[in-house]
Amino acid sequence: MGANIYRNKKPVFVFLVPAFLFMILYLYYPFFKNIMNSFMHIKQLGSSATSFNTPWYTNYVEMIHDDNVWTAIKNTLIMMVVTLIGQVGIAIILALMVDNIGRGKQFFKTVFFFPIVISATALGLLFNLLFLYDKGMVNQLLEALGKSQLTDWKAEGIAMFTMMLPVMWQYVGFYFVILITGLNNISDELYEAARIDGASTLQSVRYISLPLLHNVICTCSVLAVTGALKVFDLPWTMFPKGMPLKSTFLTGTYMYYHTMETKNVDYGCALAVLIVVLGIVLSKVVNAIFREKDY
Amino acid sequence: MTKKRTFSIGRGVVYLLLVLWAITTIYPIFWVLQNSFKAKDKILADSFSLPLGELFTMANYRKAFDSLNIVNAYKNSIFISTMVALFVILLAGMAAYALSRYKFRGCEFLHTMVIAGMMFPVFATIVPVFSMEFSWGIANTGNWFPTMLSVILPQVAGNLSFAMVVLIGYIKGLPIELEEAAYMEGCNAFQIYFKVVLPLTKPSFATVAIFSFLWSYNDLFTQMFFLTRPDMYGITTLLNRLTAKEGTNYGLMASAVTLVIVPVIIVYCFLQKYIIKGMTAGAVKG
Repeated sequence: MGANIYRNKKPVFVFLVPAFLFMILYLYYPFFKNIMNSFMHIKQLGSSATSFNTPWYTNYVEMIHDDNVWTAIKNTLIMMVVTLIGQVGIAIILALMVDNIGRGKQFFKTVFFFPIVISATALGLLFNLLFLYDKGMVNQLLEALGKSQLTDWKAEGIAMFTMMLPVMWQYVGFYFVILITGLNNISDELYEAARIDGASTLQSVRYISLPLLHNVICTCSVLAVTGALKVFDLPWTMFPKGMPLKSTFLTGTYMYYHTMETKNVDYGCALAVLIVVLGIVLSKVVNAIFREKDY
Repeated sequence: MTKKRTFSIGRGVVYLLLVLWAITTIYPIFWVLQNSFKAKDKILADSFSLPLGELFTMANYRKAFDSLNIVNAYKNSIFISTMVALFVILLAGMAAYALSRYKFRGCEFLHTMVIAGMMFPVFATIVPVFSMEFSWGIANTGNWFPTMLSVILPQVAGNLSFAMVVLIGYIKGLPIELEEAAYMEGCNAFQIYFKVVLPLTKPSFATVAIFSFLWSYNDLFTQMFFLTRPDMYGITTLLNRLTAKEGTNYGLMASAVTLVIVPVIIVYCFLQKYIIKGMTAGAVKG
């Protein structure tokens, strides 16, 4: 019977064509076109490529010799490690703590999650104000605590820290919610049994919660790593054009910088290809490290 | 969870740590809110006191409304995001229904296409999309509607795959008996979809719509390419230009941030259950 009603296949096309046409036109075609573009010469944004570069791989040679590319890759890798340890790590601790308290679970869930709802651009502005040299909230706070000299949070050595802190802070709640959902799926009977056997709270966290959470943690790690490659809004708002001294470029912001600011569009396309390659390689690496386990 | 609770020092420490983290998420917002009611020099002198008595001023907000055209930016942003959400549920809903119910040759291939569609970073498609739309005459024109459309379309494409994955998962779980009953009554496939499947899929549509809306509302990257004229700015583009233009007028910045954040927080308070679900369902998209 179930097969009967969907035996007539004609309507399928009507259902599928709009969405897939759209995907081909706006995702697949541009994606391959972009790879082509990276070998060609484009005068300005909006004009189409007319001829190949001479030699056609010029952009990629330039990339290897471009110090900023290496800075951007280095910063992105640092960003990845920071998000992995900072976001997922803090989220695990918070989730385990919230799971073990009685009251207020819903409250903490709501409060921890809400930075994600706010646009990263607005948060960038907000943190610009917090980290003002003369005098944002942080410097006023430090002054009140007895620190006599103001800290320039946007100076060269410390700029990366100032940029990563908000990015990390914003997404902790996201992984927190995923992890707490995972914890809720662990059956109460296991904890019951452990308590009867005389296990302390810490022991049941160590021997029940954490092992059973392994796959969820694995998912979170992959998301954190691939997410770090897509970060754009907040760094660009806080540190436009890689300032100070082009030291805070990430792969995404550097791609934008070349496409929109220096009008070197085809080089921007080549950088986009680099982002894709990095994404594929790194998610393979993370998958290999945190291989999913079956229980 | 019905674990037995006993009070202990350990529990106190746990609560303390949780409250500390909660303060880091709430206080910065509150800090900006209270300083948006103070004059610039007062912020620099003392940013921690409440804006009461002489400290209180609405000047920042007057300036924001006079010089920033923030109402217009809201109008643009809400129009774009609503359209994105509508298009996404319309297109993704139909495709998801066909993919989860019909078995046909190439079905597997289309599934793979959907999954792979989630992997394209926006960086890798934006330049060709721009030149494509430019050649159609909708990008970078001075007219309002084409400009809005030029942002809406790429954003729809960016959310389609994710929406389809979520919806396919949901529709597959619906009992097929209802559709069979409708079929027996003489409904055709379109009537079955619009009269039976669509109403049943509402919760999942809500999830997808909320996610697409918020994603589009908060997105800066795509908007920076297509919304280049001041009267076309959305909320995020406006904020971004504001940093460059008025970066030292801290009072104005604080009021602008407040004007952008507060409505979102209010909506979040009412719809948090759906929003949290929507955002984490979009986990695969990130």
